[in-house]
Amino acid sequence: MRNTFIIAKKESKAYFSSPMAYVIGAVFLALTGYMFVSSVSNPFPEATIRGWVVTSTFIFVLWSPVLTMRLLAEEQKLGTLELLMTSPVKDYEVVIGKYLATLLILIGTLFPTIWYVILLYWFGNPDLWPLLTSYLGLILFGGATLAIGLLASSLTSNQVLAAVMSFGLLLLLTLTNKAALVTVGLSATILEEISLTAHFDDFARGIVDIGNVTYYLSVIGIFVFSAIRSLESRRWR
Amino acid sequence: MSNESQTMIEVEGLTKLYGDFIAVTNLNFSVKRGEIVGLLGPNGSGKTTTMRILTGYMPPSEGIVKIAGYDVLSHSLSARAKIGYLPETVPLYQDMEVEEYLSFMGAMRGMNNNKIKNRIDEVVDQVSIGHYLDTHIGKLSKGYKQRVGLAQAILHEPDVLILDEPTIGIDPIQVVETRQLIKEIGKDHTLLLSTHILPEVSALCERVLIIHEGNLVAEDTPENLGEKLRGSEKVQVDIDGPIADVTSFLRSLDGITGVRQTEMGEFVRYVIDARSGTSLLESLASMILQQGWKLLGLSSVSMSLEEIFLQLTSSDFEEERE
Repeated sequence: MRNTFIIAKKESKAYFSSPMAYVIGAVFLALTGYMFVSSVSNPFPEATIRGWVVTSTFIFVLWSPVLTMRLLAEEQKLGTLELLMTSPVKDYEVVIGKYLATLLILIGTLFPTIWYVILLYWFGNPDLWPLLTSYLGLILFGGATLAIGLLASSLTSNQVLAAVMSFGLLLLLTLTNKAALVTVGLSATILEEISLTAHFDDFARGIVDIGNVTYYLSVIGIFVFSAIRSLESRRWR
Repeated sequence: MSNESQTMIEVEGLTKLYGDFIAVTNLNFSVKRGEIVGLLGPNGSGKTTTMRILTGYMPPSEGIVKIAGYDVLSHSLSARAKIGYLPETVPLYQDMEVEEYLSFMGAMRGMNNNKIKNRIDEVVDQVSIGHYLDTHIGKLSKGYKQRVGLAQAILHEPDVLILDEPTIGIDPIQVVETRQLIKEIGKDHTLLLSTHILPEVSALCERVLIIHEGNLVAEDTPENLGEKLRGSEKVQVDIDGPIADVTSFLRSLDGITGVRQTEMGEFVRYVIDARSGTSLLESLASMILQQGWKLLGLSSVSMSLEEIFLQLTSSDFEEERE
C-alpha cells in the first residue's frame, strides 16, 4: 500500500509541476465555463450544472488518452520500468499507484468548477442532490476513461500509439448508444449497455442507479486489472 | 550473516529461451560476498539477459537463481530488496531533479525519510554530484547521468550490486573516472558487472566469467586468462614491394604461423600471426629493410574480443583447460 502511494505521489507531482496541467486546466475551465454560462443565460434558466457536466464527459474522452498515454509507455521507453520492476515492489502496486494519480489529477482539475456551484447558490436555489450525483458521475465516467487509457499505455512503449488506441476505444464506447438507435432487439440492448455515455445521463439528472455505478466500477476494474496483467506479461516476453 | 565466504549470487543450470531462441544455456556460477566479478562477452552473448534474470526483471526458463539465499522466483521481493541495479540504458526520469529522483528511488526501496536524507548526502559525495542535486536530470551530461544511475544503485546499501555495461557511451575521461568510482564502490559491495571491453575487466575484476552465445566458455582471474590467451602474437606491417616475394619471405621466418595480405593501393598490408615469445617486432623492421623493400608501417595488433572468443571456443583451448 505504501508503495502505491509513493508512486501515486510521484506521478501527480510530475503532472502538476508540468505546464501541461495548467494548459489543460485552463482549456477545461474555458469550455465548461462557456457551457455553464450559456445554460444559465436563457430566459428560463435552471439552477443546475447539467449544461457543462454532459459536455465534460466529451472533454474526458479527449483528455484521458493524453493524460494516461505516458503512464507506462514512457517508463518502457526510458527503461525506468526495468527499475520499477526490479525494485521490491509488486507490479499491481505500480499500476494502481499510477491509476490513483490520474484519478487525483482528474479530481484536481474538476475542483475549480466548484466555483460554478457557488455561483448557483449565490444567484439561485439549486438542489444539492443532483449536484452531488453529477460530480459522482463525472468521477466515475472519468475514472473509466482513465482506466482504458491506462491499459493502452501498458501495451506499448509508443505514447502516440497508446493515445490513439485509447482514443479509438473511447470514441467507440461513447458512440455505441447512437448505433443502438438504428438496430433492434438484443444487439440494440448490448450496444446500449456497453456505451459509456448511456450510463451517464442519470447521474446528471440526480439519479444514482446501482446498475450505472456497477457499470463504471466494472469498466475500471476490468481495465486496471488488464493493465496489471499486461505489465506482468512483459516479464515473460 | 556477515561471514566472509557467504555466497551472494548463486546460479545453477540457468537457461533462458525467447520463444525458440536460446539466449542463455545452462549457466552455472556463484559470487561470494565482497567479490568483484566481471561478465565478459560480445554484444548479444546473453549478458543482459543473465543480469535481468538475476535482478528479477524476468524469470528464468530453467534453473535456480538465488540472491543472498533468496530464490528470485519464489522470494522475488526479498531477493530484489538485496540488489542495487544499473541497467544498460540508465533508467532516469528526465524531468525530475536529481535529489527528487534519488528520494523516490529510496522510497521505492522501503527506506524511511530520515534514512533517505542521510544516504543521499553520503551517496552524492561518493559519486561527486553534489553540485547537481537541484538540476533536472535531462540536462546532465551522459557521464553525470551515469553517476546518478550509480547513486541510485548504491543508495539503499544493497548486498549485491549489478551493473550492466556501466561505462558504455561515455567519453574516455569519464570512463576512467567511472571505473575509479566502481572500484571504490566495489570495496564494500559484492559486485557483478558486465562489459564487452577487455581492459575494463582487468582493471576492475578479481574474477571473469566469459560468456559467448549464451554459454559460459571460461571462468578465471584476469591474469590467468591473459596468460592463456597470450599463445600467439599478431603484427601488422605495411610494405611497398613485390607481393609474392614479400609473402614467401615472411612465411619463411621462424615462428610465423600465418600471413594474410590486403592491397591498400600504394602498399600492401600484411597481417602476420606468430607464436608468442618470438619477439617479432624487434627484428622484423631491419629484416624487411635488408631486403630493400620500403617499410611504411609496423605495429602489433591487439586481439579483438571476437578473436579471443574464437580462441576460447576453439579445440586447443579446450585441451589446455583440461
